[in-house]
Order: sequence, then C-alpha cells, then structure tokens
Amino acid sequence: MRKLRADVVVVGGGSTGVGVVRDAAMRGYKAILVDRADLAQGTSGRFHGLLHSGGRYVVSDPESATECAEENAIVTRIQPHAVETTGGLFVVTPHDDPAFGDQFLAGALKAKVPAREIDPALALAREPRLNPGILRAFEVEDGTVDGWQLVWSAAASAQAYGAEILSYHEVVAVERTGEAVTGVRCLNRKTGEDVTIECGFVLNCAGPWAGRIANAAGCQPVDVVPGRGIMVAMAHRLVNTVVNRCIYPADGDILVPIHTVCVIGTTDHPTTDPDHLEIPREEVQQMLDAGEELIPGFRDARAVHAWAGARPLIKDKHVAATDTRHMSRGMSVIDHRERDGLSGLLTIGGGKLTTYRLMAEHIVNAMEEQLGVSHPCRTADEICPGNVPGKTYLITDRLHEREEDRLSDQIICECELMSRSMFIDLLEKFPQASFDDLRRQLRVGMGPCQGGFCSSRIAGLTFEEGAVDIERATGLLRLFLENRWIGLWPILSGDQVRQAALDDWIIQGILDVDHLPHPAKEEI
Amino acid sequence: MLEVDSYEHNVLARASLDHCVKCTICETQCPVMRVTPLFSGPKYVGPQAERYRHGESVDHSLDYCSSCGTCTLVCPQGVKIAELNSVARAAMKRDHMPLRDQIISRTTLLGTVMTPVAPIANAVLKFKPARIVAEKTVGIHRDAAMPTAQLTTFTSWFKRHTPSTTPTRGKIIFFHGCAGKYFEVDTAVKAVEVLEHIGYEVVVPKQGCCGMPLQSNGIFDAARKSVRTLAGQLQAGPAGVPIVSTAASCAGMIRHEAREIMGVTDDALIEAGSRTYDISEFLLGLADKGELPLDDLKRIDTEVCYHAPCQLKGQGMGTPAVQLLQLIPGVSVVESGATCCGIAGTYGLKKEKFDVGQAVGKPLFDKVKEVNPELAVCDTETCRWQIRNATGAQVVHPIAFIHEAYGLGKATEPKAGSV
Repeated sequence: MRKLRADVVVVGGGSTGVGVVRDAAMRGYKAILVDRADLAQGTSGRFHGLLHSGGRYVVSDPESATECAEENAIVTRIQPHAVETTGGLFVVTPHDDPAFGDQFLAGALKAKVPAREIDPALALAREPRLNPGILRAFEVEDGTVDGWQLVWSAAASAQAYGAEILSYHEVVAVERTGEAVTGVRCLNRKTGEDVTIECGFVLNCAGPWAGRIANAAGCQPVDVVPGRGIMVAMAHRLVNTVVNRCIYPADGDILVPIHTVCVIGTTDHPTTDPDHLEIPREEVQQMLDAGEELIPGFRDARAVHAWAGARPLIKDKHVAATDTRHMSRGMSVIDHRERDGLSGLLTIGGGKLTTYRLMAEHIVNAMEEQLGVSHPCRTADEICPGNVPGKTYLITDRLHEREEDRLSDQIICECELMSRSMFIDLLEKFPQASFDDLRRQLRVGMGPCQGGFCSSRIAGLTFEEGAVDIERATGLLRLFLENRWIGLWPILSGDQVRQAALDDWIIQGILDVDHLPHPAKEEI
Repeated sequence: MLEVDSYEHNVLARASLDHCVKCTICETQCPVMRVTPLFSGPKYVGPQAERYRHGESVDHSLDYCSSCGTCTLVCPQGVKIAELNSVARAAMKRDHMPLRDQIISRTTLLGTVMTPVAPIANAVLKFKPARIVAEKTVGIHRDAAMPTAQLTTFTSWFKRHTPSTTPTRGKIIFFHGCAGKYFEVDTAVKAVEVLEHIGYEVVVPKQGCCGMPLQSNGIFDAARKSVRTLAGQLQAGPAGVPIVSTAASCAGMIRHEAREIMGVTDDALIEAGSRTYDISEFLLGLADKGELPLDDLKRIDTEVCYHAPCQLKGQGMGTPAVQLLQLIPGVSVVESGATCCGIAGTYGLKKEKFDVGQAVGKPLFDKVKEVNPELAVCDTETCRWQIRNATGAQVVHPIAFIHEAYGLGKATEPKAGSV
C-alpha cells in the first residue's frame, strides 16, 4: 500500500482534468491527478480535432461561441505545438438554405467571432476539392488541435509546478469522514498496488464517467448523459482548411484536416455506457454521404479508421433528455456541499476541449470559494513546456524532421514518419506503456496501413530495449492490433480492404501472432 | 480547365496515393534507391510524403528521383508514384530553379546554337578545361555524356532529299523530336528512308520541342506551352494519318505524360496523342497485319544488347523493338535486363547526380560490354549518349538495323549530317 498526501486530488486525465491540475498547481496547491487509464484516452482523444473559432455556435449557443473565440486564441498562444492554424470555412452547399448565412453573419458579429463572407470562387481556389456548387462561403478562424499533445503539454506544465500525474490509477472510493472528503483510494492497474491519497478536496473531472465518481463518494446520482458521436478519418487531407457546413448544427457537418488525415464528424446519440461506444455501419455511411456533399468523390476516397467518443453532457432541464446536441455545452459545476451535504467535492460537466482552460479556471475558482481563499488564475499567461512561442504545428513538420535525419535514423512507422529514436526515447520515459499509450503521443500505427507494418517492428524494439520480456511484447502487439481492428471493421471498404488483407497475411500468415506464446491475461 | 500548377491541384495523382498498401514493390525496383542512400525511395517520396505536403516544400531530397517512372510501371495498385514526385518537384523548384536546369531543358535552343558551329562546339565539349569550367559554373558534370553537334539539321536534309520510291500506302507524319533534328540526325534520316522504302509518303510538319526536358526539370508552365504548340503543329499535318516517331520519350510526352503529370487535357493533344506511335511499335503492327515486307529483310549476322528505355516502358507497349529486330534473319537480340541507364533525360548530366547516374547504369554498361562491346541498341537519344559515353560502344536506334536490312545503308554508318 502506497500513501500519498495532497491538497487536492483531480480525478480524470482528460483535457479538463489536466487543465484543472495545472491551474491548481500554478495557484500553489499540492495537486495529484489520477486517471484509471492513460492521459487523454477517453473523450479528449476521441473527437475530430477541431479547435473551435466559435463559428459553429454563433446561432445555436452564442455564449459558447464567444468563449470559444477567446479560448482559441489563448490555447494557440500557450500550446502552439498542439495547434495548427488551418483557418476555417463555412460553406452553403446547394442543399442548404442560403439565408442561414445571414443569420450566421449576424450571430458572429454579436458573439464577437471573426467571420467574413468571401466569393465562393475564392473558397474553391483555396480548396479545389470543395463542391463547385457552393452558394456562399464564410471565412473563420478555426484551427485544429491534437488532443493528446494538448493534454500532455498541460500535464508537463502542471508537473513543473509540482503536481503529480498518476495514470492507470483507478478510483476505488472517495473517502469521507461525515460531511467532508478526506481522501481517495485508488488501484494502480499496472502494478496491482493500492494507493491512498489523503486530501481535503476532490475535483471530479471524469467527464462521461463523472457519475461513477460521484457514486464512489456516496452522492446522489449525477445525471451525465454521454452523447455518442462517431468520426471517420480519411487517408489523406482532402482539404487543408476546416470545412463546416453553414447550417444549424447537425450530423456530419464538419470536415477537419488534422495531421495527415481529415476527419468527418459527427453523429450524436444519447448512450448509457461510455466504456462501450458502438460505431454502427449506417452511421459510417451517413458520414460518408455527408462528406460527399462537401467534397464530391468523398465516398470513393479511402477511409482508414473510425472511432466513437462520448460528450460529457450534463442533463439540462431546458431541453429534452433525448436531444443531447442541444443541451448546454456551457460548463456546469456541481457543488456537492449543497446538493449532497458533502464538502470538498466538486463535479464539472459539459464544455468542450477548446474551452478546457476556462473550465479549469471556473472549477478551481469554485474550490477556492469553498475554501474561502483566492489566488489569481495564471494559466492563460504562461506557455506550456515543450512549446516554442508562436511555433504552431505544420503538416510538413515531420517530413522536414525526417529530411534532416534521413541518413542517420531509421523510420519505424512509415505512414506517420515516426523514427526509431522517437520511439526509443519515449519508451525510456514510459517503460510500462502499452503500444496504444505510445501511439497517442507518437502517432505510430495511425496511418493508412494501421500498424500492419510497424506494429511488429515496435514489438521487436520494445523487447530489444529490454523494456519487456518476449511474452509481454507479444501480448502488447496483440492488444494493439485488436484495438486497431475496433476502428477498422466499421469502415472496411475499397482500398482499406486490400490493406487489411495484406496486413492480415503479414500478421497472421507470416508471423502467426495469434499462436505465439503470450501471457494468459490481457496486457495493460 | 484543370491546371496542375501545384500539388494541391494535382487531384488525380494525389488521389491515387490512397491505393498504396506499402507493399514496397516500387522500392525493390527503383534503380536510384539501389545505388544511393541519398534518395529515400519512391514509396517514401511518393504516396508517403505526399500526405505531408502543403505549402512550403521541405523534402528537397526528392530531387534525387530520376523520373524514370519505373515505380509507376511496377505498382500493382495503380499509384501514380512518379507523377506525384514530378509534381512535387515542380512545386519545390518553382521559386529557386537553378540556371543549369533552365539551360539543359531547352533542347531547341541548344541545337540552334550548336549546329552552325558544330565542329567548334564538339571540340569545346571534348576539351577538358572547358568542361571543368562548365561543371563549376553551370553544374554539368565534366564527364557527362553530351550530344554531338551535327553540321546539317534533319529538316534541311529532308527539304533537299528526293524519295527513292513512289508512295503506295498514303501519307504518314514523322515526328523527329529535337534530338532527331539537331543531334541524332542519322536516326531521323534512316527512319524516313525506311518509311519511304515501304511505300509511305512522309510528311514532316514544322515541329518544336515536346517540353519533356522542361517537365522533368519541374518547369511546368513552359513545358505545357511547348507541348500544346507541338500538338497543334502535328495536327497541321494531314488529318487522321499516323504520327510515327523515333523519339520514344517525346512520343510518350504527347501520349500520356503531359496529361498525367501536368494535367493538360486539350482536345488537340488527346487527338494527336491517340495516333502517335513509336516507330518500332508501328512497324511491328504492320508486320502483325502482314503488311511489312519481311522477305526483303536481308540477313545481318550479329548479336547485340538491346536496352528498353524507362520512358518507353512507361508507355505500356512492351518492347516492340525486340520483336521487330528478331524479324531480321541473323540478328540475335539480348535484352539488357537493366532498369535504367542512369541518364534519365538530363538527370545524369548534373554535377551532383553524375555518380548516382553512373552507378544506376553500371549493370547495363556491364551487360553491353559482355554481349557486344562494339554495338548496342536503344530507342532514346539521351540513353544512347549515356551508354556510348560509359562503354565506348556505338549505340544505335533499332531503325538503323531495319534500314540496313532493307539494303539502305550500314547500321553503323551515319547517314547524313555528321561532322
């Protein structure tokens, strides 16, 4: 049993949680973050990659729109490495009402979201694959953001202020003495060790899982309604600008160029279990059809992967529980002192990745209010470690790096241009990591071949570096491939079938991975 | 009309990258990757790197691609690998084109300058100090193969000559290419004499450069202009008759490269391209139909190495020259089995690429020396210069053998225009 002590324990290692632990640490609190899995393994890593300009909400939710516009600028300033300033377009397709454009412009003006109408011909010159029949086009300041990079660099900033980040630590119970929180009991899932953290405050940032944490503290049920949305990544960037459909927010209304792929999203269905999110084939088809209206030929382009994420929406009495899209995306903080008679516990819900920093500011403010103290929030003022001021991500970055080291380093993941030393360096830092943990930071296995070629290479390297024995290397390889398949099955068609067949011949035909000796229980 | 001004606009070739399954067959066949680590290989610079290209070019090493097109030819999935590379190179070089690449890609200009002063030009090209100066200032390697300037151009010969026979088969257009006009005059003359011998009335409309050297050096705007002008010039000849050429790569430019690499889809180009033939392909077609007088072919007892140029293989017509030459009694053809000679148009001339080009061509040079160190056969001009320069063998176009077999002269003896 390991015993730790902190002022505040943050539960949940998504964007909200790391934002909160960073904010708390910067205000001088001894803070510890726990997550039952890796950082940004849940919702923060399962979205389309949009850094909102606010344009999407100028008509439906102007307050969120204004927040997005402000936070977009802040995130781009403090975490430029995670952000690509692609710019965005809102386009009126021949199927849409051109008059909505007027509402859009008026809403943008009111919400202080920069937007201007441009000649559709200009939009087409910028994005030649766009539907040539577009009727109107508006330029906005959308960007794209890598959720994993964002979360890891915020975590690094928190650590620089003394915070501790404990991933793979699952909360078993929130300890209380009478009406006050006294600590958190966790299980280290990698080692099986019990870990108790004594603390006076718990901030529940578990997103779609926040209800479970409230339960663990013995509170009344918190009604989180996870909104399940699927996304489909296409094998290369069909556009280099974020392309939004200029309509009231609906399914499949956005195409986001992020890293080497472009992502069409998304659907929205209320669900009950955020651990099991299905990716129905009809929703995949719905996304491809929606893409076709923005980009003719979209259906014939190669899809490489699909995934589902759960929006952490908290039930809002103003809208019906079945309509999760139109619940408030604005954040809400639940104070369990008034609600459940338990002091030292706050739950936050709603919000979106673009405004993660602001959400963190709100909940830490609420904590300080309860504690009766006040420190200024400085998270918007300081750039996170690993970032160079003003140096935002460019799609050409990795190609440039490989051009520089092509004669001295080996490429392990050819699709995502991950070098041998990139992999070895991260493995040294995280010797217990699963291949998916490493993937989220390195993008290994995320390109068109979906790990068909590189997965066995990284298994070999991990063993060769002495990080694992041969059975665990095989177990990790199997787990990685199984997880890739979750996102492959629903989209298998056309070019990706040929890839999957070739990969299968390699993995099963040549390497016979299913019959290699591996540990009986699943690797973590 | 769709113009491929940048890779963003290169919709078709770019979309083909989706077909890549990383099988790596292209890399097993790439002649450049085999000899130098400086080139990261066709899979890398093609379908892989293309996913990272937007805005400023960062992977300058893609210029080590020789544009031989072998990758596209062997790709079982239909990825336009070489085309992707050519477009990316054009985008990369747009803002910093070396003067050398500007000069060597203007074949017509070179010919016009060199022909009137052929003996001097040839002497200068053989004069080592002058070549060292050229290497240092312009970047053309001192030992690189250079064309031999001729005193007479093909066109002036053609105007003066009198056909030996009366036409019995109707008209045919001969497309000589720049090299045929200025440097490889012998080949062009022999082709015309063969076509007239078998009964065609040969017509030679005024014709400029196809733009191939400009295209392979990434100067797309000028290349498009050239090929469009040429298509119009060829169309100015008799309508609907076959256009036959001894310039295999120039014919390839009209037939597919202008469209697939530079996005030129003019009706004139499509029309002219659809009736353009490599001369061996054309004659073999006649033979297949029983329309080539085979009985007149006289015996030539020789064994020669034949090398099929990359530009010819890329046209998907197989190797008609091999079958054609074997129609001549006594001729034994040994195929080189080599991928590329290493010149790849102007690639092997360049100071920084010369050694790569020589290493690429080495298996071919060895084969030529082994089969027949005196004489070899190849369809394209720059490849002949390269093989000639590296082996010392005389290298002729296949038509030279047909010409000799019809009793019109010796394959190894230049027909006209030589210094």
